[in-house]
Amino acid sequence: MADKVLMKGNEAIAEAAILAGCRHYFGYPITPQTEIAAYMAKRMPKIGGTFLQAESEIAAINMVYGVSSAGKRVMTSSSSPGISLKSEGISYLAGADLPALVVNCQRGGPGLGGIQPSQSDYFQATRGGGHGDYHMIVLAPASVQEMAQLTIRGFELADEYRMTSMILADGTIGQMMEPVSFDFEIKEAPEKPWATTGTGMKRKHNVVNSLYLSPEVLEIKNIERYEKYAKIAEKEALAEEYMLDDAEIVIAAFGIAARVAKNAVNAARAEGIKAGLIRPITLWPFPEKTFKKVIGTAKQIISVELSMGQMIEDVKLATECKVPVSLCYRVGGMIPSPEQVYAAIKEAAEKAGE
Amino acid sequence: MNYKRITLLCGHYGSGKTNIAVNMALDLRKQYENVAVADLDIVNPYFRTKDSSREFDEAGIRLIVSEYANSNLDIPALPQEMYAIVDDRSLMSIVDVGGDDRGAYALGRLSPAIREENNYDMFLVVNRFRPLTPDAVSTVEVLREIETAASLKFSGIINNSNLGAETVPEDVLSSEQYVREITELTGLPLVLTTAEESVAAALYGKVSNLFPMHLQKRPV
Repeated sequence: MADKVLMKGNEAIAEAAILAGCRHYFGYPITPQTEIAAYMAKRMPKIGGTFLQAESEIAAINMVYGVSSAGKRVMTSSSSPGISLKSEGISYLAGADLPALVVNCQRGGPGLGGIQPSQSDYFQATRGGGHGDYHMIVLAPASVQEMAQLTIRGFELADEYRMTSMILADGTIGQMMEPVSFDFEIKEAPEKPWATTGTGMKRKHNVVNSLYLSPEVLEIKNIERYEKYAKIAEKEALAEEYMLDDAEIVIAAFGIAARVAKNAVNAARAEGIKAGLIRPITLWPFPEKTFKKVIGTAKQIISVELSMGQMIEDVKLATECKVPVSLCYRVGGMIPSPEQVYAAIKEAAEKAGE
Repeated sequence: MNYKRITLLCGHYGSGKTNIAVNMALDLRKQYENVAVADLDIVNPYFRTKDSSREFDEAGIRLIVSEYANSNLDIPALPQEMYAIVDDRSLMSIVDVGGDDRGAYALGRLSPAIREENNYDMFLVVNRFRPLTPDAVSTVEVLREIETAASLKFSGIINNSNLGAETVPEDVLSSEQYVREITELTGLPLVLTTAEESVAAALYGKVSNLFPMHLQKRPV
């Protein structure tokens, strides 16, 4: 392979997963993420891996449960309606403390919605999605290069914390082509002494299960899991800061919305408006500390989203409602233009100056 | 460039067929009155020739495309008008075929008529910077799969090696060895080297059969 290759975001996820040692992929086609499955179908048989097009999304996520129980790196991918179907299985993975990588290349909803890009599964992803008290680690790439990088990181985090990592991308980043370098340092997957790989007559058998008949035990399990989540929130939150130091108007945006917003921030700066950007890279855990930094300096925060306003709630919580937060959005598969975001910044700057 | 009556553009998924189809059609229109672009892509619902429909209108180029293209209705449908490609022998056409063998199956319905008339070129579009066709051997594998699916033989190679917006002239030059190996393995000629206009500007005199292209708009 050349130093850099030209890839679709979806293909970059697939290649990065293979690089991370994932040899088991289970999926079901849906636009705009089908390239992941197509790529895996071509590559997996050549490297001794398994590609399987399951009979449904529900089947695919349960195959992920099986492989993960056996201690192997495993993934599935889908787009919004398919992720809803997988949510039962994702809850089971959480209940059994199994690591896995799930990709959601979001499209417009609700229901079948449309095939164009969206970010309206933010609530579903950051609040767990399925039933019960649990979280996933949610990673939000904003470039094809990051699709690759965060896929590898997603596997590492999943193994380290024994939980699901989700790549929360969207149709634009999945479909667009950019040069990617795969010059990554790959860490070995850790030992998994809990895996159901056979006792060899040397130890007691392992059990992977999410059913707890004793409420006392189930309560302890939940509390322990939330102690782990608190550690992750402390350690793993990640955000990109752009022109933030003196920023009076702060944009909050992730993924494709952040790329659009960055152009608008540059345009505002050229006009002398002190604008900046916080781009959460982890959506759960939410980079609260980064947002708390602007409480004294920001006069207005604008949450730019491809949704009716979902991340905006976390922005308000993180800034303890001490800074006014407004929303700039498009939905239904539409993307805000840099001009729309710039106009929102300008309006906020004028209001702040009054 | 000397065009046959039908020019079929095939290649690996994401090799650049659609951009080349758009630019070729505009070039073909300079030589002929009755020109059409036919979009037979049943693989990719996101990036299609229909994105350039206004340009075609202005140039007086007929666009043959499924009524479902760009409708967001995710249906791998072919346009009924596609029979004009073989039925109307006064029509010069550029055919944008979907990626890989899966896309080329769409040609199967037309290939007996195309073979019978025998006034066509089928070009393989290659980009050495695509991850699944990084060398001549893997590219020729895709080439054979497409020939089998389309029931037609290739007549030449189009080198569209690029790294998107980051492409520099050296990237194109560094792909020449890769293309040479493909031509040696297949006996097919290199008919064009394509590059975005600003990259092409630095390649005049260094690359034979250079074809500068104006690219469709990309996202931010």
